[in-house]
Amino acid sequence: MTYNVQIKVMPLKDLLDPQGKAVLGGLKNLGLTQIADVRIGKHITLQIDAPSEDAARAIADEAAKKVLSNAVMEFYEIEFIN
Amino acid sequence: MKFGVVVFPGSNCDRDMQYAIEHDLKKEVIMLWHKDSDLSMFTTDDCIVLPGGFSYGDYLRCGAIARFSPMMKSVIEFANKGGKVLGVCNGFQILCESGLLPGVLLRNQNQQFICKNVYIKGQNEEALKIPIAHGEGRYYADDAVLNELETNGQVLFHYCTEEGALTEEGNPNGSTHHIAGIKNKSGNVFGMMPHPERATSAILQNEDGKKVFEMLGILN
Repeated sequence: MTYNVQIKVMPLKDLLDPQGKAVLGGLKNLGLTQIADVRIGKHITLQIDAPSEDAARAIADEAAKKVLSNAVMEFYEIEFIN
Repeated sequence: MKFGVVVFPGSNCDRDMQYAIEHDLKKEVIMLWHKDSDLSMFTTDDCIVLPGGFSYGDYLRCGAIARFSPMMKSVIEFANKGGKVLGVCNGFQILCESGLLPGVLLRNQNQQFICKNVYIKGQNEEALKIPIAHGEGRYYADDAVLNELETNGQVLFHYCTEEGALTEEGNPNGSTHHIAGIKNKSGNVFGMMPHPERATSAILQNEDGKKVFEMLGILN
């Protein structure tokens, strides 16, 4: 069975995200002053062939932990979309 | 002793490094292709250098893909045997991603790629003028790791002003603790963002880079 998995990788909450800060400045210039904070991460989708959802989750978890994110600066969340 | 310089797809300081070591430091250099994995011609007295550049286009995170190349597997084994490894700029990022050095290099605080001369200093040394050229050079590690680095004397270089003061003014990218370069606990793996190989010849009117290579203790 093929599982479609999305992985959200975000900078750790207590880290300065200069990209998000720059975008926040742009949004304020646009007049959207109600926006208090912006943080920018990555959205990665995987197609995984696995016998079960648990097996697919284990594969996605390994991919996210070992390659797609770096725990020193990021955290990740895994979500199934089918 | 001799040096090996690893060439990844996207390395762009590999030839500068080769030239500086051969012509200015007068040491033998062997260029190493990332798809090869043979380091049998090196002993632990030798030094493998990971040069600057944009290996694998900086895709995913700087250095994140390069660490899985066949040559890096051999470099990690070489380092774990006590061989000397120096990573400069993208090479430093690769060493952090591969786990040979702690911490990570984040996007510069001002969001800009910075290419200019800065000042760095080692333990109680004079300020050295060395160029930097990076977009992701803001060293970051958690407080426990930072304390360990400082306590063990693992911080090789701090960014400073021309007069040698550790102030925000002298810190170009927002690095925590003004860190410009570190070594591992056993003292055989070195990483730094500034480019000493760009400052080793009189014709460039800056030879402070030679002092950097000497301070690392990799010339014997």
